[in-house]
Amino acid sequence: MPVLHINGEDHSVDVPDDMPLLWVLRDVIGMTGTKFGCGIAQCGACTVHLDGQPVRSCVLPVGGIAGKSITTIEAIGKTPAGQKIQQAWLDIEVVQCGYCQSGQVMSAAALLARVPEPTDADIDTAMSGNICRCGTYVRIRQAIKLAATGKTDAMHTVVDGGAA
Amino acid sequence: MNAVVNTDEVDLGRRHALQLAGGLTIAFLWLGVAGRARAVIHARPLPGDPALLGADGQAAFAPNAFVRVGTDGSIRLVMAPCEMGQGTYTGVCQLMAEELGVGLDQVTVEHSPANDVLYGNPELQIQVTGLSSAIRTGVHIFREAGALARALLVSAAAARWKVDPSTCTVARAVITHTPSGRTLGFAAVADAAAKLPLPATVALKDPKDFILIGKPMRRVDSATKVDGGTQYTTDLRLPGMKIASVRACPTFGGKLLAVDDTRARKIPGVVDVLRIDNAVAVVGDHYWAAKQGLDALDIQWDLGANATLTTEKLVEAHAENSRNGKAVVALAQGEQGPGTGKRIDATYILPLLAHAPMEPMNTLISATAEGCEIWVGTQVPTVCAGLAAKALGLPLEKVNLHNQFLGGGFGRRLEGDSVEQAALFAKQVSYPIKVMWSREEDIRHDIPRPMYYDRIAATLDADGKPSFWSHRITGASVVGRTMPLKDGVDFDAVVCAADLPYDLPNVHVEWVRHYLPDGLIPGFWRGVGAVHNLFVVESFIDELAHATGKDPVAYRRSLLQKNPRMLAVLNLAAEKFGWDDKPLPARVGRGIAVGGPFDSFICAAIEVGVTPQGDVVLHRAVVVVDCGLVINPNAVEAQMQGGLIYGWSGALYNELTLKNGAVEQGNFNDYRSLRMSEAPPVEVHLVPSTAASGGIGELGTAIAAACLGNAVFSATGVRVRNLPINRTPLSTGKEAMKSVLASRTTTKKERMS
Repeated sequence: MPVLHINGEDHSVDVPDDMPLLWVLRDVIGMTGTKFGCGIAQCGACTVHLDGQPVRSCVLPVGGIAGKSITTIEAIGKTPAGQKIQQAWLDIEVVQCGYCQSGQVMSAAALLARVPEPTDADIDTAMSGNICRCGTYVRIRQAIKLAATGKTDAMHTVVDGGAA
Repeated sequence: MNAVVNTDEVDLGRRHALQLAGGLTIAFLWLGVAGRARAVIHARPLPGDPALLGADGQAAFAPNAFVRVGTDGSIRLVMAPCEMGQGTYTGVCQLMAEELGVGLDQVTVEHSPANDVLYGNPELQIQVTGLSSAIRTGVHIFREAGALARALLVSAAAARWKVDPSTCTVARAVITHTPSGRTLGFAAVADAAAKLPLPATVALKDPKDFILIGKPMRRVDSATKVDGGTQYTTDLRLPGMKIASVRACPTFGGKLLAVDDTRARKIPGVVDVLRIDNAVAVVGDHYWAAKQGLDALDIQWDLGANATLTTEKLVEAHAENSRNGKAVVALAQGEQGPGTGKRIDATYILPLLAHAPMEPMNTLISATAEGCEIWVGTQVPTVCAGLAAKALGLPLEKVNLHNQFLGGGFGRRLEGDSVEQAALFAKQVSYPIKVMWSREEDIRHDIPRPMYYDRIAATLDADGKPSFWSHRITGASVVGRTMPLKDGVDFDAVVCAADLPYDLPNVHVEWVRHYLPDGLIPGFWRGVGAVHNLFVVESFIDELAHATGKDPVAYRRSLLQKNPRMLAVLNLAAEKFGWDDKPLPARVGRGIAVGGPFDSFICAAIEVGVTPQGDVVLHRAVVVVDCGLVINPNAVEAQMQGGLIYGWSGALYNELTLKNGAVEQGNFNDYRSLRMSEAPPVEVHLVPSTAASGGIGELGTAIAAACLGNAVFSATGVRVRNLPINRTPLSTGKEAMKSVLASRTTTKKERMS
């Protein structure tokens, strides 16, 4: 029975060792922020951090990760990089349907934690495993740069809803 | 097309009272100029509607189907269209909140229940989100819904103060009697407002006073989409719920013959194996058990009549129908050919396409003999409810559908097939099930965008202008599946082909309806008919420009002199893109295209490079949009960027091919999607306009393939007439490859610096 260390808490789960982490998170523990998109590590919707590294949880058997530190979208906002990325996502207004964005945020947060000022090439490398069918890539790139530098040349400054 | 005019007085007396079947409620149909239902405003709360209750359990002020104000101060806006990423919830909220006099931060947004009468799309009659129509057809309805609520709340406050309502103002849900400075919040007058009769007229704001409309407002659904908090259908859980994984017969129209589930039932966590006519489901405690169980089944299929169907056969059937099938004329303008001068002929072929939304199809359903609850993110809630009712043998009123945020739609969720299937499984079990399709199931059992086979020709006069233009479209009818075709023509099959933006004297456009093999059902794909026809028409116009030695922008300009809005987006795009006559580096090209679907105008220009291997690299794009009155410029920009990328993915990579009657693709490895490293910067410019709002959700997708194909021609001299773009003819010989590889390395270095 693997004991999983997720977002700072231990979870003892009665599942087979070959069960991918994604389904343990979603269907056993009930943490549904991490999404299913392809099941074969092609789309990145299921990205979580394993000891700080972005991994695709849909192909990660839980039998081999006991003792490792797992961070999911539910807790990434508590890390400095995750907080910056989420704020930049809101400031640039990245999301559309939003389904892939948990994975996008996780990949971007891992990038920013590793490379404080990523270049376009760094962004391409870190983010090309995450598919967005809504095509939010232009803004994801802008948001990562905003998170890194605090500056943006994005066209629209989003207005908060306080008017009227 | 109605322009938004200053301080519209909406005459509620023009509406016709309609007694609903239940007899308890009165609704009003607002008859538009064409005599069609334009809006349905509910005069009284629906008894028993749980959405009416505020947090305090008290009945709220609900003057129509869209606005609810609670005595606890809650302000709830009910969304007639669904939210699949296109930003409609924010746009609709801006329209209602503007007139109601509240901030977007003060409202709670709710998915609407399934109800055609209350939430029917005025253009499409039923409750459907599609054809980029939510804002386009709903501007007046949503503004009026807010204005009506505000008028009643103000009247209630004015009555309490015994003052003239016209001396009161509203801001941030507070009514102020300006002369005395007295204030009342919406909550304080909600009960009184609910007892007031509907006013005869309601005033809409003067556009110069807009606070929310036209501003780049933050989306109402952003916050929980960046932290995993938003729940899609696939995230919902019910007590006692099990999870089903499905496999349907690989061929279109095939059936399930037999299943040996001995091995599957031995897998820990497998609960049940369920069979329907054409599919089998394994039910498990979790998806992993269900999926493993599915893989352990020994299934025998009856592959049916399509067992030998291939893509080649489908194309040949279209070609044969294009040559000899019966055509219906969609447009016969001027002299019907042949014209004199140089004649140019081309054949364009477009493939079957899957939608591949990020959230694979899934449905949560709980069905008993007494009734059924369904949770599903859908573009067609009433269609889904109807299909489930039929599958379960229940009266429609016993089916309660709860719409959800959609993890992408793109037209896939305009279909109820997966909900019907879920109902057929659910009726066999006593517990709620979440029926989940794998990505493979999602792609192989899509209701695909049909194939198209177009033959197009033009005769060019001495100036190079078409003296005769003829276009024969052959394809399946998506509209014809569910609606009678007006004059025998599927409007979607000929859109942007029979209403060309160009000033051409003699035009003949006809359509041959192609009937696909039984079981292969054609569906709408983001951009609908415009995706197909804009690619053909705008590629062919480009062919004509090159055939006459004219610059593609100048050539279009010469034909758009009577179409000022289209000319304006073309000119601005050329300017912003920097379209000039300077030569481009080897194997670098640029393409441009214009289009006018969804009552909007768009011009997109793109620069590409083509590698020696024939891979197309997207460098940069500029898009100019005139979509009339802009509700949220931030949303328009996002839809152009994303819509183009969706369309470029399709044009570069996507095709469903059939072998032995089955779809050969199954996941993002062989049904590719553009990725971050391939996505170019997309610069968006809006043309200010006070014209009626046009649609934006599909606009970018509709123009994507056309500008891309033209750019590929510019880079390589190879005309793209078939999609997806075939790399083989774009690749170079070995020697040329070496020199281009060297220059490519430089380009990449420059980009990285």
